[in-house]
Amino acid sequence: MNLIPTEHYLLFALVLFAAGVTGILTRRNVIGVLISIELMLNAAAINLVVFSHTVKTAPETGQLFAFFVIALAAAGAAVGLAIVLALYRNRHTVQTDEMNLLKW
Amino acid sequence: MVTQSGWIYLIPCYPLVAFLLNVFFGAKVLKEKAAWVSIAASVLSFFTALPFTAGCLQGKIYSDRFPWIAAGNGSLDFGYLIDPMAAVLIFVVTLVGTLIVVYSTGYMRSDAGYHRFFAYVSLFMSAMTTLVIANNFLLFFIAWEIMGLCSYLLIGFWFEKPAAAKACKKAFLVTRVGDIGLFLGILTLFTLFGTLHFEDIKDMAQTAAGNPLLPAAAFLVFCGTIGKSAQFPLHVWLPDAMEGPTPVSALIHAATMVAAGVYLLARAFPVLALSPDVMKIILYTGTGTAFVGAFIALGATDIKKVLAYSTISQLGFMVAAMGLGAVNAGFFHLVTHAFFKALLFMGAGSVIHGTGTQDLRELGGLFPKMKSTAWTFLIGALAISGIPPLAGFWSKDEILTASHGNNFIFTVLCVSAFITAFYMFRLFFLTFLGKEGAKSGHAHESPLSITGPLWVLAGCSLLAGLPGSPFMGMWLQNFLSGTRHGAHEPQAALMMISTALGAAGIAFAALFYLAVPGLAKTAEAVLRPAGSGLEKSMNSVASGIGTLFMKAGSFQNFFDKYFVDGIVNLSGYAAQLAASSIRRIQTGLVQHSLLVAFAVLMVFLYCGMK
Repeated sequence: MNLIPTEHYLLFALVLFAAGVTGILTRRNVIGVLISIELMLNAAAINLVVFSHTVKTAPETGQLFAFFVIALAAAGAAVGLAIVLALYRNRHTVQTDEMNLLKW
Repeated sequence: MVTQSGWIYLIPCYPLVAFLLNVFFGAKVLKEKAAWVSIAASVLSFFTALPFTAGCLQGKIYSDRFPWIAAGNGSLDFGYLIDPMAAVLIFVVTLVGTLIVVYSTGYMRSDAGYHRFFAYVSLFMSAMTTLVIANNFLLFFIAWEIMGLCSYLLIGFWFEKPAAAKACKKAFLVTRVGDIGLFLGILTLFTLFGTLHFEDIKDMAQTAAGNPLLPAAAFLVFCGTIGKSAQFPLHVWLPDAMEGPTPVSALIHAATMVAAGVYLLARAFPVLALSPDVMKIILYTGTGTAFVGAFIALGATDIKKVLAYSTISQLGFMVAAMGLGAVNAGFFHLVTHAFFKALLFMGAGSVIHGTGTQDLRELGGLFPKMKSTAWTFLIGALAISGIPPLAGFWSKDEILTASHGNNFIFTVLCVSAFITAFYMFRLFFLTFLGKEGAKSGHAHESPLSITGPLWVLAGCSLLAGLPGSPFMGMWLQNFLSGTRHGAHEPQAALMMISTALGAAGIAFAALFYLAVPGLAKTAEAVLRPAGSGLEKSMNSVASGIGTLFMKAGSFQNFFDKYFVDGIVNLSGYAAQLAASSIRRIQTGLVQHSLLVAFAVLMVFLYCGMK
């Protein structure tokens, strides 16, 4: 059953998470930022599923949490998109470097 | 024997309650009844104070203190002190105050600000009684300032009149010059003694002898007297203060408040006595004021102005007595003056009430029409002129006796006494005798609420001098000083001189204004320009001092604006400068904030793993 070692899964999740972080910090399009957030959440979900294998007493707990993460990610994406829409209506832009009112 | 009684605290409380009632409910609820509240408060104060005056007569002293502020090593205590001096003054103040409040009900009838007037008068009574029974300089000063406020409010009572509005501002600002001196003096005294309690300072005064701060403190305290008691050169506010209603002139600007300056000198006397130079200043200021005030009063054509300058002159007598070291004589004159000057002012008020004018040129021949007013005014005029056995004779004689030995002072005071008799009877003859003036036609006697207090005060003016006369063995002076030799031995020769001066003044006035018809015009032609000329030159001296203060003020303003404000602005500017460079890191971009957040997270994780 254990054809692929656990480390490989973890490395994959790490790469995915790093890609998400990089995307959040560098993407100028807000939609891109939202997608990057999804990547980070999915990296976390993969970690949960992988570790649920190693827990002998209740292996389903981790998978259960993965479902929660997916549901929450969907809700978060919905809220995020709504905010982006509202922003676009007000400021006619989805570029993060043009949203700089949060300063002195 | 020192006794305590909580009742003493009630003496200033009654008028204070009356003030609050009249302020909050006067316009809507009390209306005409506002006067009754004030009368009741004054009467209650009078009868509350009476047993303590009586107790003092039996040799008791009432004193109590409680800590108010603990400052450094010392503490500021508040409390009361009723010694013989306070006992006599509290009696006089509450008695005269009650009479004047009663008188005001008649005088102020149907005035639009009826309740406002009684509210202010009650506040004044509260402050004055506090001042009299205060046992320390700080409480004294607080009451002193409240009186200044009441004086301002009451002079400007008819504030829609421009003259009144100007006069109240002038009074407030001019007395302020003196008050600043007094406050600095009080601070200096605290530095010297670490206490402001009258009795403590009296006990400790000797320990500070020779300290260079002592004369400074004494002089600064005297500045308060110069302002409040209208001594030269700060006397200019008192004649203008006559813009206020006449009962106010009688109560505040003749009988009580202006006398507070003399009371202050009496309270600070242990300190003053140790600085002979300051005593000399006090003596010459008082004597000069006595003469100048009397001389200007000669030429004034406004009844109240004559009386105002007369008050200035009489206060000068009291201050001169203090400067001579004759505290008891000065205080005695304060008491008798309170009675007869209140009487004279209220008589003048009755004339104004009856005729509608206060210009001597429009008056005359009022005697048959206003019998009560005329008789009581005559008694007051005789009292101030120093005709025995009326009140003014004994007290003025005490001052003259005290000044005997200093020829210059004695001469000036004698001349002032002579002029006093002359201008008083000039006023009396021009108002009540001679031919009828333009406005005397439909004059009428005032109601009982006005004449009643006049007769009571006339009785006081007749009798108030007796306790200090040789008939009663100079009892008052001995009582005040607590010794058997509080008075200067009366000398028959001096008494003759003083009586002769008063009589001569009256005789000359009679000669000029009654006996020889043509002389009055000539006399007036000389006296009016002379009086007003002196008044003008004195005013210009006061203006000069005012200008000096303005110059000092504008320098202080410059210093404040450019130096003090400069430091404040500099610190603000420095903060702005620093902020403008640091704030560049705050870009407002979400991703920059996130980057910092991740970086911090990384650092924490790295540290956590180690």
